[in-house]
Amino acid sequence: MQESPGVDIEKLARLSRIKLTEKEKGAFSAQVTDILGFFQKLQDVDVEGISPMAHPFEAAAPLRKDVPGTPWEPGRALRNAPASRGNQVIVPKVIEDV
Amino acid sequence: MNPESILETSAFELGRALHDRTLTSVEICSAFIQQVEAVDATVQAFLQLDPGSVLEAAAASDARWSRGKQRSPLDGLPVGIKDVIAIEGAPLTCASRILEAFTAPYASTAGNRLLEAGLIPFGRLNMDEFAMGSSTENSAFRKTTNPWNPENAPGGSSGGSAAAVAARECPWSLGSDTGGSIRQPAAFCGVVGLKPTYGRVSRFGLVAFASSLDQIGPIGRSVEDVAALLDVIDGHDPLDSTSWPDPSESASEALQLDHQPGVIGLPGEYFGDGIDPEVLASVNRVAEAYREMGYEIRPISLPHTDLAVPTYYIIATAEASSNLARYDGVRYTRRAESAANGIDLYFQSRGEGFGEEVKRRIILGSYVLSSGYYDAYYKRAQQVRTLIQADFLEAFRGVDAILTPTTPSPAFRLGEKTGDPLSMYLADIFTISVNLAGLPALSMPCGLSSAGLPIGFQLIGQPFAEGRLLQIAKDWESAHPFTARPGPVTRAS
Amino acid sequence: MPAYEAVIGLEVHVQLKTASKMFTDAPTGFGAPPNSLTNAIVMGLPGTLPVLNRGAIEQAIRTGLVFGSEIPESFHWDRKNYFYPDSPKNYQLTQKDAPVCLGGSVEIELAGPSRKTMGEHRIIHLDHAHLEEDVGKLTHFENDSLVDYNRAGTPLLEIVTLPDLRSAEEAVALLHSIRMHLAAAGISDCDMEKGQMRCDANVSVRPVGQTTLNPRAEMKNLNSITGVRNAIAYEIRRQTRAYENGRPVLQETRRWDADAGRTSSLRSKEESPDYRYFPDPDLLPVRYPRERIEELRRDIPEAVFDRQRRYQEQYGLPYTVTSVICYDYQLARYFEEAVTASPANPKAIANYIANELQRERARSAGDGLQPMATVPLKPAALAGLVECVDAGKLTKQMAKEVFPEMFASGKSAEAVAEEKGLRVEPQDDAQLEQWCREAVAANAVAAAQVREGNDKAINSFIGPVMKASKGKANPQSVREALIRIIKDTSPG
Repeated sequence: MQESPGVDIEKLARLSRIKLTEKEKGAFSAQVTDILGFFQKLQDVDVEGISPMAHPFEAAAPLRKDVPGTPWEPGRALRNAPASRGNQVIVPKVIEDV
Repeated sequence: MNPESILETSAFELGRALHDRTLTSVEICSAFIQQVEAVDATVQAFLQLDPGSVLEAAAASDARWSRGKQRSPLDGLPVGIKDVIAIEGAPLTCASRILEAFTAPYASTAGNRLLEAGLIPFGRLNMDEFAMGSSTENSAFRKTTNPWNPENAPGGSSGGSAAAVAARECPWSLGSDTGGSIRQPAAFCGVVGLKPTYGRVSRFGLVAFASSLDQIGPIGRSVEDVAALLDVIDGHDPLDSTSWPDPSESASEALQLDHQPGVIGLPGEYFGDGIDPEVLASVNRVAEAYREMGYEIRPISLPHTDLAVPTYYIIATAEASSNLARYDGVRYTRRAESAANGIDLYFQSRGEGFGEEVKRRIILGSYVLSSGYYDAYYKRAQQVRTLIQADFLEAFRGVDAILTPTTPSPAFRLGEKTGDPLSMYLADIFTISVNLAGLPALSMPCGLSSAGLPIGFQLIGQPFAEGRLLQIAKDWESAHPFTARPGPVTRAS
Repeated sequence: MPAYEAVIGLEVHVQLKTASKMFTDAPTGFGAPPNSLTNAIVMGLPGTLPVLNRGAIEQAIRTGLVFGSEIPESFHWDRKNYFYPDSPKNYQLTQKDAPVCLGGSVEIELAGPSRKTMGEHRIIHLDHAHLEEDVGKLTHFENDSLVDYNRAGTPLLEIVTLPDLRSAEEAVALLHSIRMHLAAAGISDCDMEKGQMRCDANVSVRPVGQTTLNPRAEMKNLNSITGVRNAIAYEIRRQTRAYENGRPVLQETRRWDADAGRTSSLRSKEESPDYRYFPDPDLLPVRYPRERIEELRRDIPEAVFDRQRRYQEQYGLPYTVTSVICYDYQLARYFEEAVTASPANPKAIANYIANELQRERARSAGDGLQPMATVPLKPAALAGLVECVDAGKLTKQMAKEVFPEMFASGKSAEAVAEEKGLRVEPQDDAQLEQWCREAVAANAVAAAQVREGNDKAINSFIGPVMKASKGKANPQSVREALIRIIKDTSPG
């Protein structure tokens, strides 16, 4: 069981890839802490042996035949792209490693 | 029929008039376009409406009717679309800055089914950004007002869809419901809103908020209309793996069938503290009315009800944090201009592109999924979700439907809850269990508060038994038609 | 100072051979124009949803059958959340908790002391294999980078071994074995140059005799056999040296720099990304019917080394020949078809395949080998050639002469021999007797060896006789005549 959790808002913003203003950081820390406190209610429930539900109704996954369809023209795929060159998406030089 | 009476006519009746050739699609669409022009400056339900293309489609429909080639009995009727459902070639912004310039290069299955039936997509309706919210105040672009009182919220997130129908700006509309986003605004705006069983309507082309909870559903002014629109959009779709494989019964046909009154359950947990007395009295009157119609009213218990809100917000924010990762300024979304490198591109595009509530939920979702917290939050919420669904399935062994208030109060005032996210989350307290359990449910108007705001009740049905649910709703509607209509703001002068 | 041993586990990513992508029907392919193999789903447009490709599921299950894995009743899908421009949804659909294949093993062969001698065989155990989707491709330029999403969504199978490997050579042997088996079953071509096989290696070093594992270095994206071999060898040396000098080895991710020939730290364990895995809500668990799995099993070819052992026993083929024929499934099938057409002399058929056929394939392709599918010479025609030689209609010398033309045209041995005017002359017994006697008289030493029971010595007479006949004598008749003459002639 978790202790009432502290929130590392910087870390969460980094995980979420969202730049927060100082004001947002302050407000979100407090609000998220509040909401997490509210979530603590679940810690008292006995869930021993209860299977987690990922889908409301589980049928077996449908499988599609391996038949290729018509791909999109590059122009259609990139219609909403903010920047492109030679039918490729331009991004600022990627320096981050995964 | 004059334009004024077109606006007051149900979609079903408009379809009959098209069939009888007493009205044309162009006349119908023109009347609604005029109404939008007259009242939307106040209601602000529409993010976009292109009258030219609507009238073009209407003329094409009229041509089909005149050749006897109509695609369905509803061919030519306009349908308002929540701006979260893709129609090819139309804007798809989800009321978010980050998708401000996005045009859908593909179509949703529900949208395609409208087109196949000859229905005409009628504008893009306002909503809370990415369907996150309960008042439509989280839209990046507009503040939709409640047609019954512009000081009040229309509800959300499908606030535009409910307000437009209530304000007679379109005969019916499509919304989406993740935790009450169809039913709550329907209750606030005095219209009928149905959230179908999870899997009944394809989610392909519905921009995901929380994938295991989202459903598209109809909003209209009568049970008959809602049933007819459900019949157009529902059914198995090979493009959505969670779409239910079995064919579903026609809801409209179910309404034509003779049926007996059944058993309605009243869960004690939904009639406790914190409910507005007028709402409580109203919903109790509904129960009494059902008893008079021959229904058995049986008290039931849904013991895990008080866990629904935390369970929902853990699951919904977790799924959302992942679903909204794709809006990054790379392939199609708005890109922050100042981004100097690949990392900045993400941080700035997302920081500038998302509104406050969306950011808050993404951050919350990242938290509950993060290493070390997954089991305590996400996995545990999924286990509690199992318990919540089990409560309902157990209750349904003895009842045909469950009756509850849709909301704890009538429409709150705009701005009233925006500073306090938790109080906004609690506005969904009666609707979110239904999404967790995957059940169908609708909200029906059942009267006005002393302040003149609509009150709604919710009927929850068994999985895939929308037909039965709508029969029960129809019994109420026939005995107690909701004849009140919003005030002068919605009347074209 | 203690002796150290390396403990190595590999994660081998293999692109599965399918016509369409993992979660949508956009075609798969290599070398197409940029962003021409996409659609709404590949691009991760808002509101799009994945639907599983049966072909990819079956290729994954077939891999499990090849390596003796357990296929569970049900397997499901998780999201791995991380941001990168080549990842259209910024999460990857993968299988973290319930993969398609559990356990299994791969037999590997290490290099022998010479090419003609079989090396040591070992069994490498698999932890599991899971399905996932490939990402797009980034190209870096001076001021920016470009993204092509053609590869995004291509089905990948990640085959994860237990830490059973002990050297860079074993790791390389594992990759060879996986490639041979998957190519044989038509599951993947595993062409590393086309990115169809990529590899991460986990390497740690410990004193011999220690049973626990030391901190390991994970090396990502080793994209060539040389890279795998050198990176692992380097890492073993680096870690061993560290322990010898009393320095700690950290659990970390390291990058292999092929140009510099060294690895360098990318990030420590503490800095490893938090992928926030959770079950994908858009995909339901797969329950693949047991009886369909048995149907798939029927098409799985015999394991490579089982086949090799069988050929050695059943046909008496030498190791060198089986290592050519069995390591390339196309050749093994070719061999079996030819043997079915003409069961009398499998050895000769095998020799023609391992030598002449391979030589011609290399010659016609210029670079590499001509694909077997496009080779005009069919197995039945090759079997016909062997029959002609065995029946004495063509000499071995003639067979060598007709082979290139048969290879190029697919014509029968008889037809090519006819065109070239090659045939074994009708036997002139007196002339043959004369040549044989001259040959025996010229080599008394060999004749004595034959009389002492050394049958092979007879070969030293056949050459001169064939030469005298300008290659047209029937070798079988020559052999018989020689034996008779030697046996009849008393020494001295």
